Amino acid sequence: MPLYHNDDQAMLKDSVAPFVAEQAPVSHLRKLRDSADATGFSRDLWAQFTEMGLPGMLVPEAHGGLGMGHMEAGIVLEEIGRNLTLSPFLSTGVGAVAALAKAGGTQAGRWLPAIASGEAIIALAIDEGAKHRPDRIATTATRAGNGFRLDGKKSFVLHGHVADMSIVAAKTDGGITLFAVPKDAKGVTADPRRLVDSSLASHVTLDGVEVDADAVIGEVDAGGDILDALLAATRTGAAAEMVGVGQGAMDMTVTYLKERKQFGKLIGEFQGLQHRAAHLYGEMEVARATVMKAQQLLDEGNEGAKLMVSVAKAKAGRAANLAVREGVQMHGGIGMTDEYDIGLYMKRDRALAEYMGDVHYHIDLVARMNGY
Amino acid sequence: MSDLDAFRAEVRGWLEANCPAEMREPVREEGDVCWGGRNWVFKNDAQKQWLEACAAKGYTVPDWPKPYGGAGLTPEQTKIFKQEMKRIHARSPLDSFGIWMLGPALLQFGTEEQKVEYLNPIARGEIRWCQGYSEPGSGSDLVSLQTFGEDKGDHWVVNGSKIWTSYADQADWIFCLVRTDKTNKYQGITFMLFDMASKGVTTKPILLISGNSPFCETFFDDVEVPKTQFIGEVNRGWDVAKYLLGHEREMISGGGAGGDMVSIGGAFAKAFGKNAAGELDDPILRAEMAAFDVDVFAYRAMGERFMDMWKTGRAHPASSNMMKYVGTELNKRRHELVMSGGGSEALEWDSEETKGGARARGWLRTKANSIEGGTSEVMLNVIAKRILDLPGA
Repeated sequence: MPLYHNDDQAMLKDSVAPFVAEQAPVSHLRKLRDSADATGFSRDLWAQFTEMGLPGMLVPEAHGGLGMGHMEAGIVLEEIGRNLTLSPFLSTGVGAVAALAKAGGTQAGRWLPAIASGEAIIALAIDEGAKHRPDRIATTATRAGNGFRLDGKKSFVLHGHVADMSIVAAKTDGGITLFAVPKDAKGVTADPRRLVDSSLASHVTLDGVEVDADAVIGEVDAGGDILDALLAATRTGAAAEMVGVGQGAMDMTVTYLKERKQFGKLIGEFQGLQHRAAHLYGEMEVARATVMKAQQLLDEGNEGAKLMVSVAKAKAGRAANLAVREGVQMHGGIGMTDEYDIGLYMKRDRALAEYMGDVHYHIDLVARMNGY
Repeated sequence: MSDLDAFRAEVRGWLEANCPAEMREPVREEGDVCWGGRNWVFKNDAQKQWLEACAAKGYTVPDWPKPYGGAGLTPEQTKIFKQEMKRIHARSPLDSFGIWMLGPALLQFGTEEQKVEYLNPIARGEIRWCQGYSEPGSGSDLVSLQTFGEDKGDHWVVNGSKIWTSYADQADWIFCLVRTDKTNKYQGITFMLFDMASKGVTTKPILLISGNSPFCETFFDDVEVPKTQFIGEVNRGWDVAKYLLGHEREMISGGGAGGDMVSIGGAFAKAFGKNAAGELDDPILRAEMAAFDVDVFAYRAMGERFMDMWKTGRAHPASSNMMKYVGTELNKRRHELVMSGGGSEALEWDSEETKGGARARGWLRTKANSIEGGTSEVMLNVIAKRILDLPGA
């Protein structure tokens, strides 16, 4: 498959880009932030997403979805990134769907149709400390009665305080097991924190939470592969969103270079800025290609996908970070003001960069996957 | 089975039957690369056999039309062909500036007669070409070139000198930018073709910091060039040159300007071993190599996307400049890491163990990557102007 969008994908982009730009531009984020919104996203907007079929894009057709791939989801995520839209699309429509579809069974049958119909918001409760270390999960699930008892603390759980269900990764006797923990489960407390980018992420405490045996997603002790699928999808999605954030910041900055005058000249005439802008362009193009390659390999079920996903998360992380840093610097003083949008891009980039493993984490994984 | 699957099977079978085992070994030294030409001395029978087999099938230039020595493959078929070549680690049967540069210019601007006359010997590896662009006073500012061809009715008399002519001392013919109108800067250059054996042509190799001499200074002293030997129109050679520069950047990009696309950390671990934790022993060098690997794998994806888009007319016409910039800077970084990893051993200049200082010489060679074919700074200028549309660039 060639590494560019085919006609159907281009059409999808043509319908999604104006939709997100009109319904959820940066002013939409500001409105949520300034009204101290307690949900973390707009339910009205999510209803519009649902009308477009977006929450169920990746849901298999048998479960009421559109059965599309990561390349298509990436198109939506890029626009979400470009507009700094707050939405549960990444956790619910991408990460949770990847895990449930991989696992199949009762929980897939229960939740996938609800995701596709826009009824269910799903949170991913993976991280446990300040850094993403899914190989060191300490939350435990011990057999109790007919089911399991969950104990532990989760962090950086986006939408954790409003989710209808949380996918909780826990340690069981013989490995990792994923659980579908419903909203009203006894012993779950979600403490939402406002992050630098105005999104809400929760510290979730699981204190003797009792769940039935059928809350297991997939099989007991065999959650490793399902977790891998969840992580690969979410990381690739976060990378696609970062490409959107970086591109949005870069476009805004290049426009500014053509408008702002100093020393009697447009500042875009100065070679010192031209070369930096041109360098940034190259980095963003490479990041975009890398993310598309990861999406393509995931969609093909190619075994090389795992490496490329980490490459994509790291590369998109580096490129988008450069875009927002150069963006603020090239805007000068106005770039430091809350009134101007470029700073919001810097904040969102920082949150996405951290989500599901930062640049350093993924660079380290790349070294390990290459045997050093 | 789709047509493309059938084609893949056909290519695979042909390669199995025709690519000698020696030609599936990595390129280890300069003689392993076949450049062809009148004076080419084949390193071994396998090299000769491989060239001849490919030339007969049109596989030295698979995407050129058949009447000009190619196999007439479509872009999809060409991609498959390259994948299959790579699969068995087949060496390129023939490398040449005729294939990479003059060929594309002729295909775009040449007359039918010129295409037949010049392209077939290129495809068969019979004539080796060199490129006469830069001059001592015209580097990045190429259009200021002064080599002059005086109009003598049925021929020009060319005087001047070129510099950085790759392998001019081994080339049979030259494609050369010559000023034919001193009053018009851009529309006063003609793209000429002539035999390096012509009277008045001399070459002098230039010793580089690597200790090697891949480039020459080339002098023209009253060289007579028949007025049939030019491409495009008289005085409009700059159009051809610009097209070719774009193509050169594309070639550098597509050919993997990032250098060898394998994991540098992985290769280094194989060569030097790992610690008890299964990691490279120096944690900072490991981190730098891993960060570099990320950029290499990312650039590999970019290369694939760029070629897919370029071949189907989707790429921005100036995007090859970006590829050249990113790829060459990456390759320089690779060789800095190779030197760091090799330590004092890599400093040895002519010992047998280091194959004559291969690492040190290779490292120094890469410093030219971001100078030749347009400097990194010129690439950034072009991106700023033509892609980002920045003012006054």
